[in-house]
Amino acid sequence: MRWFFSIVLIIATSFTSFAQITDAEVEARAKEVGRSLRCVVCQNQSIDESDAPLASDMRKLVRKRLKEGDSNAEVIDYMQQRYGDYVLLKPPVQTNTYALWFLPFLLLLCAFGWFFKVARKAGAES
Amino acid sequence: MRALLPLGLFILIGLAFAIGLTKDPRQISSELINQPFPAFSLTELYDETQIITEETVKGQVSLINVFGSWCVACNVEHPVLMDIAKGEQVHLIGMDWRDERSKAKRWLAKRGNPYKTIIFDDESVLAITLGVTGAPESFITDKSGQIRYKHVGVITPQIWRETLLPIIKALEEE
Repeated sequence: MRWFFSIVLIIATSFTSFAQITDAEVEARAKEVGRSLRCVVCQNQSIDESDAPLASDMRKLVRKRLKEGDSNAEVIDYMQQRYGDYVLLKPPVQTNTYALWFLPFLLLLCAFGWFFKVARKAGAES
Repeated sequence: MRALLPLGLFILIGLAFAIGLTKDPRQISSELINQPFPAFSLTELYDETQIITEETVKGQVSLINVFGSWCVACNVEHPVLMDIAKGEQVHLIGMDWRDERSKAKRWLAKRGNPYKTIIFDDESVLAITLGVTGAPESFITDKSGQIRYKHVGVITPQIWRETLLPIIKALEEE
């Protein structure tokens, strides 16, 4: 019976050591999350780069949520629910940003089309 | 026909700018309109042992005003809040943001305290949950504790009379 409990104990302790994330890991992930969140009071800096007091409080909150077991995406989601799309430094692909994401490719296609049209004409002339 | 192409493009781009540049990117719309006031647990400014939670905003129409002794614009807004308090037109709750207790108390002692309760949020815990970006900022909640309106910036007598008071009156009738 005793060996049974010791095995249970070993398994249980090994699990908790897996579940606990290290400070270094939190730090690295907090930086990653921080780089993708806009400091809402300084327009075009991420909260990772900004010296603004609110940005520092936001960094603290990011760390706290990561420590409590949130994934990076969940933390970013949490901020987005409060500050809107504005807080995301990389705009999401959605109806009001289609032009932003796809217009460059469309223009490139148009340019290619024009190029081939002119090239073919030039080829026919020579 | 071909000659009109650049002109057409020019007009198109011009229109896009005409619409885009008139929008103020700093004006972040609140994501929290029609959402319940977020759960929180913070202390009162004057009484460190008193815990305030989201229950404070329930039961009556409330105006939650974010301020701080460091906030210059709050000086301008303060007399208006004093008037609002005098008229007892709304349950006025203060949220002292990123402040020190002593400084906030001194600030209020000098100018008067219009608030029924003051939530002390020195680490932006509630501020971030509310999506606050600056002070002053004010939220109106209905009787069930839902956020119904957000005002960014100073409440002037005109804004109070023409915008906020009608909203509060309408909510009181709900």
